[in-house]
Amino acid sequence: MTAAGAYRPPRDRLWFLRSRSYALFVARELTSLFVAWTVAYLLLLVAAVTGGTLQEFAALAARPWMIALNVLALAATAFHAVTFLNLAPKATVVRLDGWRVPAFMIQGGNHTAWLLVSAVLAWAVLR
Amino acid sequence: MRRTPEPYLWLLFSAGGVVAALLLPVLVLLFGVLMPLGVLDWPAQARLAALLDPLPVRLALVVVVALCLSHAAHRIRFTSEEILGIARFDRALAVACYGAAIAGTVVAAVLLF
Repeated sequence: MTAAGAYRPPRDRLWFLRSRSYALFVARELTSLFVAWTVAYLLLLVAAVTGGTLQEFAALAARPWMIALNVLALAATAFHAVTFLNLAPKATVVRLDGWRVPAFMIQGGNHTAWLLVSAVLAWAVLR
Repeated sequence: MRRTPEPYLWLLFSAGGVVAALLLPVLVLLFGVLMPLGVLDWPAQARLAALLDPLPVRLALVVVVALCLSHAAHRIRFTSEEILGIARFDRALAVACYGAAIAGTVVAAVLLF
């Protein structure tokens, strides 16, 4: 019920600064902004490659503010990767013939996959 | 029982989170930090164009963009509601966030095809 004039308790606007776990939670959620930014940046790169303007893109990418933004994006996407891949055993319980696969094995598998995918992508780009 | 799209949105959020975790850090490290700083040389334009040329690669990239943006849209929707206390505008926020994700996916498809 939201009747007109109904009582609303005052809201703590800085609730996410009240404890370390709240701050970490919000930092983890805010990585989504940098996920969106990274996709936008990579789409600009694709546009430059398909449009024949890679030189101009490289000049834009080398501006100090752009490098600073991308260093933040790197930190945020890496933080996202660690937290999201660590979350998997909480979301999915894997049983093999009744034996529950322990969380560290699922997390280890995820992080190994992350390393392998990163290595293959770097090899494909740099070879 | 009333049908709701929420389970599908959570599914896209999850899939996008995994794809973003596996692919984005190395790409932003290479193209956003190491190459602009001059630690690594930029590949030739023709080489990057050749990398993007195969149809499966282009299709995969559109799917990657769609999933990553769906993930970001879902999280931005709920994070903005929690941080700014604007949950009463959920419908408008959902339209804006998922609309932006769809628009970004269309841009990727237009760029790659």
